[in-house]
Amino acid sequence: MTHTDGIVKPKTKRAKRFLQGREAKLTENIKNAMIMKGGNTTDTVTQALKDIYALKKPNAVLFKKKNIVRPFEDSTSLEFFSKKSDCSLFLFGSHNKKRPNNLIFGRLFDYHVLDMIELGIEKFTTLKDIKTSKCPEGTKPMLVFAGEAFDFDNEHKRLKSVLIDFFRGPTVSSVRLAGLEHVLHFTALEGKIYMRSYKVLLKKSGCRTPRIELDEIGPSFDFVLRRTHLASDDLYKTAHRQPKALKPKKKKNISTDAFGTKFGRLHMQKQNLDKLQTRKMKGLRKRRGQHVATETAATETAATEESTSPKKLRIDE
Amino acid sequence: MAACSIEDVLAKAEKDEAERLKSITVLKELDLEFDTGNLLAFDKNRVDVHDFKSTSKEEFLRSLARDNTQLFINEVWKRPTERIEDVIVVKLPEATTPLPREKPPPKPKAPTKWEEFAKLKGIQKKKKTNLVWDEVHKEWKRRWGYQRAKDDTKEWLIEVPVNADPNEDQFAKRNNAKKERVAKNEFNRLKNIARAQKLPTPGGGLVPTAQQSKAELTQAINVAKASTASAGKFQESLPKEKAPRNTGKKRKFQPLIGDFTDERQKQLDILKVLGSKKPRIDMTKAVNKQMREEDRESASNARKGPGKKGRKGNMPGKGRGGFKGKGGFSGKEGFSGKGGSSGKGGFAGKGKGRGRGKPAKGQQQNPRSKPGKR
Repeated sequence: MTHTDGIVKPKTKRAKRFLQGREAKLTENIKNAMIMKGGNTTDTVTQALKDIYALKKPNAVLFKKKNIVRPFEDSTSLEFFSKKSDCSLFLFGSHNKKRPNNLIFGRLFDYHVLDMIELGIEKFTTLKDIKTSKCPEGTKPMLVFAGEAFDFDNEHKRLKSVLIDFFRGPTVSSVRLAGLEHVLHFTALEGKIYMRSYKVLLKKSGCRTPRIELDEIGPSFDFVLRRTHLASDDLYKTAHRQPKALKPKKKKNISTDAFGTKFGRLHMQKQNLDKLQTRKMKGLRKRRGQHVATETAATETAATEESTSPKKLRIDE
Repeated sequence: MAACSIEDVLAKAEKDEAERLKSITVLKELDLEFDTGNLLAFDKNRVDVHDFKSTSKEEFLRSLARDNTQLFINEVWKRPTERIEDVIVVKLPEATTPLPREKPPPKPKAPTKWEEFAKLKGIQKKKKTNLVWDEVHKEWKRRWGYQRAKDDTKEWLIEVPVNADPNEDQFAKRNNAKKERVAKNEFNRLKNIARAQKLPTPGGGLVPTAQQSKAELTQAINVAKASTASAGKFQESLPKEKAPRNTGKKRKFQPLIGDFTDERQKQLDILKVLGSKKPRIDMTKAVNKQMREEDRESASNARKGPGKKGRKGNMPGKGRGGFKGKGGFSGKEGFSGKGGSSGKGGFAGKGKGRGRGKPAKGQQQNPRSKPGKR
């Protein structure tokens, strides 16, 4: 690709598709996450990062090298990485004496940091420790948030939003009923957040809806909420602004009655009733002279009754 | 009797129904909020801390999760399902939780010059077929691009038009025309982009850049000076301004029919050069070149230094190879005042020919006298 004054001209079709994949669109791609380690990490943190990477595959990149960055102080390096790898979510794991086993969940808007929330891991069980059969990779999980804190506390609300963004998976219009096998359950209690991951077993019940049994798989975390860096209100609002083209188009000229009958509205042009194409009756044709005057009078009265305003026609469904 | 039995039947039916639904009903104080489009469920009920601490944590969380998931599944099962290729699929509604976008929504692209014109004139885009039938090759070919149908640069026979110069190369003419069209297209494309991004584009050819060198600035000044109605003839220059260099004709050619004696002399000189067996060398040029080569080599050797001892022996062969023919024929300018010393010039172009004789002017001795370790 040649760079001239910031305009990159791709030389191959593949490069062009690559660039088109990265540019801003009406309906966006699924958000990618970059998972990285800080200057100092413990075994717990690295395992935790690997497990979350396994949950988020294939929409995640796991960086192998350590990055000596402090996200809360300087986020330029994160923004650079996000620009290069086209990721708008990040997970930064680190460990130091003041903040042991630290995970920072964050998201970016337009390659600039939007929100960052720091969680400390208090207890952690890996995927490997829990020996049951797991769900296939890439299943869209169901997310359940329990606890009043997720509703009342501002920070918890943002955390909820970040976690939904992180674990949501691709947006789909329909889902296979048997494929709803993975559920992530978050409970907020006394400043702590418990994350558990279960496999859903659909058992027979008397009726159509199955009975649920849960089997614990997957990593389980006991988080404690530490620092947060939340976006300002106006930046948050700008990030949520949807393009007008995505709004559903309103269907005009359709209205419903109190009884449920559907009405439509037709707009007609002004019709020249003298030249109206009606059924030809040979006997009523204009004869030279006498009948003309009576005929025209008759047509005129008929014309006044019919109005040229929009008519309401009944549409039967 | 009948009445009792009817009541009994109804009661029994209700009990059965309750029994069946027991397995899937969950009792909650507050109903959960669902966002089925995103497969989300929000439980706003208060989590009892005492319950949590009394029973085992995992068991408590698991039962809570089970209840919430059951309610969510009940909600999902209410939706309409359809069967696609022996798989039962449930249609999900639109997602209701507002989540921030990844990037700002795309700005509408600015229309290009052609698009504006088309809108003005009301010209619609006509959908064209991808392939065109090529009569000559008798096959379907692309409309444009690689191996297209009517490619006039690929014709093997071109009739010279009546009013064209017979010595003109028609093939080259077509190729040049194509090159010009491509360049013009690219230029217009860049102009469209510049207009869309509102970059400043000058009317002339010079584009302002951030840091301009002295040469660029002087060029800009000279261009500005010459771009008057009388081509800069009456523009005063500043007191210490230097006249622009490299102006005027780049090459000077002798007139076709000029001085006959001069021309005769030139032709005889050429014959003499062709006839002589000795190579013609410009001594100063050759010596300067040699000196430059040596300087470069010593610099590179100094840099590589102790690292590459073994290879130094081989290097000279490569270094000398470039000398071929450069010191040789240079037309009428070649033979400067050192005249007949062509015999002494040891640098006869080929790498191995050095050291044949002493270099003139007592320059450096044998070029291989430096400490090249084998």
